[in-house]
Amino acid sequence: MTSAIREAFPVLGRAGFHYLDSAAMAQTPGRVVEVVAAHDLAARANVHRGLHEMARLADDAYDAAREAVAGFLGAGADEVVFTGGCTLALNIAARALAGRLGPGDTVAVSRLEHHSSCLPWLALAAERGFELRWLAVTADGRLDPAGLSVIDRRCKVVAVTHASNVTGAVTDIPLVAGVAHAAGAVLVVDGAQMAPHGKVDPRALGADFYAFSGHKTYGPTGVGVLWGRREVLAELPPALFGGGMVGEVSDTGFTWAEPPRRFEAGTPPVAQAVGLAAALDWMAGLDWPAVRARLALLTRRMLDGLTALPGVGIVGPGEMEARLPVVSFTVAGCHPHDLSHLLAGRGVAVRGGHHCAQPLMRVLGLDEGCVRASLAAYSDAADVEALLDGVAAAIAVLR
Amino acid sequence: MSADLYGQAIKDLAAAETARLDSPDASATLDNPLCGDKVTLDVRLADDGRVAETGGAVKGCLLCKAAAAVLAERAPGLGADDAAALAADVAAMLKQGAEPPFPALAAFVPVRGHKSRHGCVLLPFKVLAKALGR
Repeated sequence: MTSAIREAFPVLGRAGFHYLDSAAMAQTPGRVVEVVAAHDLAARANVHRGLHEMARLADDAYDAAREAVAGFLGAGADEVVFTGGCTLALNIAARALAGRLGPGDTVAVSRLEHHSSCLPWLALAAERGFELRWLAVTADGRLDPAGLSVIDRRCKVVAVTHASNVTGAVTDIPLVAGVAHAAGAVLVVDGAQMAPHGKVDPRALGADFYAFSGHKTYGPTGVGVLWGRREVLAELPPALFGGGMVGEVSDTGFTWAEPPRRFEAGTPPVAQAVGLAAALDWMAGLDWPAVRARLALLTRRMLDGLTALPGVGIVGPGEMEARLPVVSFTVAGCHPHDLSHLLAGRGVAVRGGHHCAQPLMRVLGLDEGCVRASLAAYSDAADVEALLDGVAAAIAVLR
Repeated sequence: MSADLYGQAIKDLAAAETARLDSPDASATLDNPLCGDKVTLDVRLADDGRVAETGGAVKGCLLCKAAAAVLAERAPGLGADDAAALAADVAAMLKQGAEPPFPALAAFVPVRGHKSRHGCVLLPFKVLAKALGR
């Protein structure tokens, strides 16, 4: 099965190449690249603005892409906002909600968050005068359910990741949603790490907003998705202003377009959205229970193999329950940057550093960051063994 | 080969102990947000305004620590202009293939081919220039 999946990714045919940095950016199937190129060669036009043939083709392709994303999320197309990426999606959600926030209010953000999910709220807290409260994590890098007690009636927004980009821990979103909604708060979920691992139903999870990126979901760069619960989107103002998001413009003001276009100011990422739809179509053809089972075995092997090496500590859960195939680790006496560079020299692509998660690094006591190896549907046993051999060799070089 | 960067000379340099100075005349900190390296340098100045002694704290990779150790040996006697020129010379060594400005830096010549690591070596030299007002 794995070889059939890998064949869809031309880059994986390179000898001696082991890509374990999929949490930063997944590789993309050749088919996706072809679809994007075909769109730009045959239907390159702005959308929802023109009446010519090319514009009609572009409209059809863009609208179909929105339908495809809606299908992936079990949602309505009117709830799907295309953005330039997950970071922009989360910023749009924050900006749209900003008018509801002020002194006396709180926003609760978990310490697991990627900077793209916490910095918009830190910036808004300074601007709007509300209090930002951090949701605690456990020592093994999971959201601590006991910490949800800081969500009270003053809390207007809760922002959590569906899965940590560092520890791989999957958050119990329905639990958080129950607490958030009981307090009357809106729940914003960062799905960047979860979406690459199969279909997601944000409405069923209890989210009010759910964001993910194209490039981590086997699709192009420069495209992301903000899903918003229909009834929430309908009440919010636009976050960005420009073409496409207005109704009528007078000398003194303007009316807003209906969602989702209210939140898509300017020319959207048309070809990239079409490519994302192709990527989701490719994902839909996979046997996800089998993929997840295989990746779980590889993750277990990574955890066991790494902990058998001298001085290695796992950053994240040691057990397989509710975790993604994302394994971060430290090696005593070896800086993550040096380890990552030595692994790169052996063709093993990993990420070393703070992973855009400095609040988490700080609370876990990881001043120098950690190394992260992350798998995707195309990862195989050879990738994992190359990682383990490479880490052992790197330790020998550095000590 | 990445392993070529980690010769015994580099590892020995990186093992050097560093400590902050009490009541320094100047201090500066710079970090490299991409990799997390962070260098703080304290400087005690002589009467002529040149560096008499340095101390500091290095939170960084092996290359960064080794570069900081080389700098600590070289810094006494340098003025602000000298520090800025030295940082430029180290950059030229790494990015343009220039000769090492002094023999101890020859250990870093293999870093030339690894653009992503230039910043690790340069960071301590930039910090000294910053501490001296450049």
